[in-house]
Amino acid sequence: MVFEKIAKLLAGHFNIDESAVTPETTFESLGIDSLDTVELVMQLEEELGMELELDRKLETVGELTRFIESKLTEK
Amino acid sequence: MSFSVLGTGRCLPERVVTNEELSALVDTTDAWIRQRVGVTQRRVCVTETATDLAYGAAESALEMSGVRPEELDLILCATITPEDLSPSMACAVQARLGARCPAMDLSAACSGFLYALETAAAFFARGTVEKVLVIGAERLSRVVDWADRSTCIIFGDGAGAMVLGRGEGYLASRLNAWGGDAALKIPAFAGASPFYEGPALAPYIRMNGQETFKFAVGALASDIEAVIAAAGLEKEDVDWVIPHQANLRILDAAARKTGIPFEKFARNIERCGNTSAASVPILADELNRDGRLKYGDLVVLAGFGGGLTSGACLIRWGA
Repeated sequence: MVFEKIAKLLAGHFNIDESAVTPETTFESLGIDSLDTVELVMQLEEELGMELELDRKLETVGELTRFIESKLTEK
Repeated sequence: MSFSVLGTGRCLPERVVTNEELSALVDTTDAWIRQRVGVTQRRVCVTETATDLAYGAAESALEMSGVRPEELDLILCATITPEDLSPSMACAVQARLGARCPAMDLSAACSGFLYALETAAAFFARGTVEKVLVIGAERLSRVVDWADRSTCIIFGDGAGAMVLGRGEGYLASRLNAWGGDAALKIPAFAGASPFYEGPALAPYIRMNGQETFKFAVGALASDIEAVIAAAGLEKEDVDWVIPHQANLRILDAAARKTGIPFEKFARNIERCGNTSAASVPILADELNRDGRLKYGDLVVLAGFGGGLTSGACLIRWGA
């Protein structure tokens, strides 16, 4: 569910083919840098209605997915 | 009854510093700076002082407005890099212009010019002023750590000014502050008191890039929407957004967040870098002089930055 949300946001925001996104996909390979991931997390915060303190470097879509999932279970 | 903008002006130092030059100073590249921040070159003072720049911008704005320095009732100077703690930059400019009015500096970092416009509006509402000079001027090169590749690539020097008169142009405004120094801090000169036991910090810019980015995008988008709504208008009515030029990526993200087309976000960060309180009035003068700003245009001015602070206003140009 979270992964699908992220893939959809990536597709919409950064003009990326949604079906090409896998958990192993690195942000770097998508041409996305750390400022883009901050913006991405801000969007997710809005959609999920919660604060997500980004306290680590996230290299892949899978890492971001697991980070968000852990925050959701914390809630 | 608020104010009308009678004239705009700007003044930049002569010396251009390119990304290539900076990549010889610190470990960085032109490509990285352009992609990450959006800056290609910035202006840096070699012989000019911040007061020189402020005076230059003021003269230019006064000339356009047709107002003589003796007619000014107030001079407000938004700055975090005055040459002296005293006399204020506003007082120094007052002396050079030959004006005779009260003068004071205002410290609100990159929101400084917005805070200054609101302050001017308050004076106009009080009914005690007819003509006000508002300046945003910075010599940030003085407080940049030129060995810190994360910050020295961003900032530049410059000044912008507006001359205000009684009018109906200032339609809506909003100011905010979230006090704290975690994201952005520029310590003052520590001094050498033999009695003081606190820490002595180096007087240079310290910034957490990602935290500042997150704050900036949120604040900018929120303030733009707020002033449009406060004026009873829609985002489609806005002709221009003149935002503080902190980072092109912030403007990009705010355009996406607000749904206002990126083409309506004016920018000159490629050529000027981030000039803190000066960035909004410098850009406003550019648009005004090259004809992009037209009589009747609805313009949102917005600033955000250290404090943390943010501020925005909606002006009907020429009203």
